[in-house]
Amino acid sequence: MSARGSRSYTGESAENRRLLLLRIWITLTLILGLNYVVWRWLASVNWNTWWISIPLVVAETYSIVDLGLFGMTVWRSRQRAEPPAAPPGLTVDVYITTYNEPPELVLATARAAREIRYPHQTWILDDGDRDALRAASAELGVGYVTRGEEWTGKPRHAKAGNLNNALMQTTGEFILVLDADMVPDPAILDRTLGYFAADERLALVQTPQYFTNVPDSDPLGSQAPLFYGPIQEGKDGWGSAFFCGSNAVLRREALMGLGIMGYVTATERAVTEGLQTARGIVRRAVRRASQPVEREALALTSAAINDALASIGNGEPIGEVTYHLRTRITELSRTIVAGDLVQISADLDELGFSDHGVAVQAREVVASLASDELSPLNALDAVRRTLDALDIGRSDEAQALLPMATISVTEDMATAMRLHASGWKSVYHNEVLADGLAPEGLDAALTQRLRWAQGTVQVLLKENPLFLRGLSLPQRLMYFSTMWSYVSGFATVVYLIAPVLFLVFGVLPVNSYAAPFFLRFLPFMIANQLLFVIASRGLPTWRGQQYTLALFPLWIQACVSAAANVFGGVPLNFAVTPKVGTSSRRWDLRRIRWQIVTAVVLVAAVIAGLVRLLLQGAEAVGTLVNIGWVGFDLVALSVLVGAVRYRGYATEEEEER
Amino acid sequence: MTSFRTDQAGEDIVVVRIEGRLNMVAAPELRDIIAQAVASGRRRVAVDLAGVEFMDSSGLGALIASLKTARQAGGDLRIAAVSEQVALVLQLSNLDRILKPYPDADAAFAE
Repeated sequence: MSARGSRSYTGESAENRRLLLLRIWITLTLILGLNYVVWRWLASVNWNTWWISIPLVVAETYSIVDLGLFGMTVWRSRQRAEPPAAPPGLTVDVYITTYNEPPELVLATARAAREIRYPHQTWILDDGDRDALRAASAELGVGYVTRGEEWTGKPRHAKAGNLNNALMQTTGEFILVLDADMVPDPAILDRTLGYFAADERLALVQTPQYFTNVPDSDPLGSQAPLFYGPIQEGKDGWGSAFFCGSNAVLRREALMGLGIMGYVTATERAVTEGLQTARGIVRRAVRRASQPVEREALALTSAAINDALASIGNGEPIGEVTYHLRTRITELSRTIVAGDLVQISADLDELGFSDHGVAVQAREVVASLASDELSPLNALDAVRRTLDALDIGRSDEAQALLPMATISVTEDMATAMRLHASGWKSVYHNEVLADGLAPEGLDAALTQRLRWAQGTVQVLLKENPLFLRGLSLPQRLMYFSTMWSYVSGFATVVYLIAPVLFLVFGVLPVNSYAAPFFLRFLPFMIANQLLFVIASRGLPTWRGQQYTLALFPLWIQACVSAAANVFGGVPLNFAVTPKVGTSSRRWDLRRIRWQIVTAVVLVAAVIAGLVRLLLQGAEAVGTLVNIGWVGFDLVALSVLVGAVRYRGYATEEEEER
Repeated sequence: MTSFRTDQAGEDIVVVRIEGRLNMVAAPELRDIIAQAVASGRRRVAVDLAGVEFMDSSGLGALIASLKTARQAGGDLRIAAVSEQVALVLQLSNLDRILKPYPDADAAFAE
C-alpha cells in the first residue's frame, strides 16, 4: 500500500517539525498576501477605469480569502499515527452502490468485498433493479437490495435514496460504503473500525479515493492528492473530515439519529402547515355554517387549533400537542353525542319507552358514538381536515426516516455537515484501502466535476454552514472553505479579461506596474507557490491548479444552475458519472468551447500587446507583466489539450509498450 | 350534501328517501320535513335509508324526534333498508329494540 505514497507518516516528532515549518510559511504567506491586497485597495486601484479595476481588486481579495481558508485548513494537516486495532464482534454491512455500471464491474467489487477479512455482510445496492445482477448476487452469496413498491411515485433521491432504502433493510452497526468501481482491500475494516471503538461519538471514518486507471501524467486531473492529503487531514485536524461518498465507514446509530431528527423537523413543519391551512378552512366554514350547533362546533375547533399552534410555537413536543388536540376534538364530539342522547332519552321518555331498559345515555354508548368513525364532527369537512393534518406519517416520502441528507446531489457533504452539527465526530484515515476507476474521457470527467460543484453550491444555498446551528466556528469555516473555492470561476473571468484589456486597449486597472507593485506582488506570489509545495509534501498539485483555472466555465455553470435549482426549482439534470467505456475516440471540443475562445483571445492579445509595444511605444514593463500573466493563463488552459487528446488508460498503456 | 325526497305512498303514508350522510348538518332538515308531512296528515312515515352511507348520533336523534312527532299525531315512524353502518349505530345505542329496520319502504307499512 505504501507504494502509492498515501502514508508518509514517520513519527510524531517528524510531523511536529513539518507542521512547524508549514505554519511559519503559512503565516509568512498570509502577511505578504495581506500586505499586497491592502496596498491594492488603498494605493493602487486606478479609479479612472473603475469598471475593471474594482472587479480585479475584488477578485484578488477573493483569492486572498481563499488562500486564508487554505492556510487555516492545512495549519492542522497532521497525519494520523497507526489506527487503533479493530475489536472483534462488531457487525458490519458493506454496501456497494450501483445504478447503471456493467454487472461485471459491480461483481468484481462484490467479490473483493466478500474477501474483506473482518466479519461482515456484503450487499449490492442495485438502483437499476437488474435481474441479472440479482441472480449473480445470489450465486456469489452476497445480499441484494433494490427499491420496493413504496418508492413508486415518490422522490427517489438518487444515491442518497439508494442508501436510505438499504439502511432500513439491513442491521449492521457499521456501514462501509463503496462505489461500484471501488475494489476494497481485504484489510479495509481492520484498519478503520478501531477508531469507532476508541470513540463512541465517532460517526465517520473516510479513506482516500484512489484511481488505478490513471497514468502518471493524469491528463484529466482525476487524482486529488491535495484534497485526499493535506486538505482532508487539515479538515480532520479541525474536527470536520468530510464524507466523500465512498470508501468510508459510517456508524448506523449516527445516521439513524439524523433520520429521526429530520423526521421530527419535517413532521413539525407538516403539522404546523397543516394546522394553519385547517384553521383557514374552519374560519371560512364558521361564516358559512347554517346550523347553530355546527357553528358552535366549528368555533370550538378553531379555538383548539389556535391553542395547538401556540403550543407548537412554544416548543412543546409535536406528539403531545397533536394528542391534546385530538383529545379536545374527541371531547367536543362527545359533548355533541351526549347532547343528542339526552334529547333522544327525553323523547323516549315522552313516548313511554323508559321502562324498556334502553339506557341510551350510558357512558360506553357516548364513547362509541363519538369514536373517530362515527363522530358527528365527521359532518364538518373542516374538522376532518384538521385531523388529517395530524397525520404524522410523512406520506410525501417513501420512507419516514431519511438518514442520508437529500437536499443536494452531493448527499455525502450534506450528510457529514449535519452529523457534525449534531455533535458527531469524523476521522480522515489517509491510507488507500480501495482501488477505483476514474472517468476516462473528458466529457465524463467534466460531468462528474460539474455534479460535485453543483451539489456543493446547493448545500451552501440550502444549509449555509456559516449559520447552521451546532457547528463550531472552525467547522463552519472548513465547510465554507470548500464552497468558497467553487465560486472561483467568476474571479477567473476577471483575471482573464484584465490583461487582455491592457494589451489590446492599454486599459490599466493597477496604478503602477513599477517597483511598488513588484515589491509587493512577487514575494507574495513566490511564497504562495512554495506554500503549495510545502503543504502537499511533494505530491503533484499542479494538475489541480491548472484545472481550477481551466474549468472556469464549468464552475460558473455549476453556481448558476445550482442557484436556479434552489431558488427557481429548475432541475439539475443530474447524471450518474459513467465509469467505464467513457474514453473518447474523437476530439470532443464542444464542452470546452469557451476555453478555446479564451485561448484564441489571449493569443491575439499577446500579439496586439507586442505590436503596441514595438510600434506604438506602449509601456514596456506593464506589457511584459501582462504577457507573463497571459502566458500563465495559457499554460493552465493547455491542460485541456492533453485532456481532449487522451484516449483512455488502456490505450495509453498500449502505446507505451 | 344530503338530499331528501318525499313520496306519498297511501292515504296517510309518506316515504322519505335520504341520499347521502344523515349527520349533524342534515338532521334538522329531516326533522322539519317529517314534521311538515305529519302536520299535513300523513302520520305514518317510512324512512328509506338505502342511500345513507353514514349516520351519526344527531341523525339518530332526528329519527327519534320524528318518531315522537309521528306517535303524538297518532301515527308511527318506521325505518327501512339500513346499511351496515346505520345498523351498527342502532345497535350501539340499543335503539334497534325501538326502531326495528324493515327490508324496504314498501314492507314498512305492509301489514
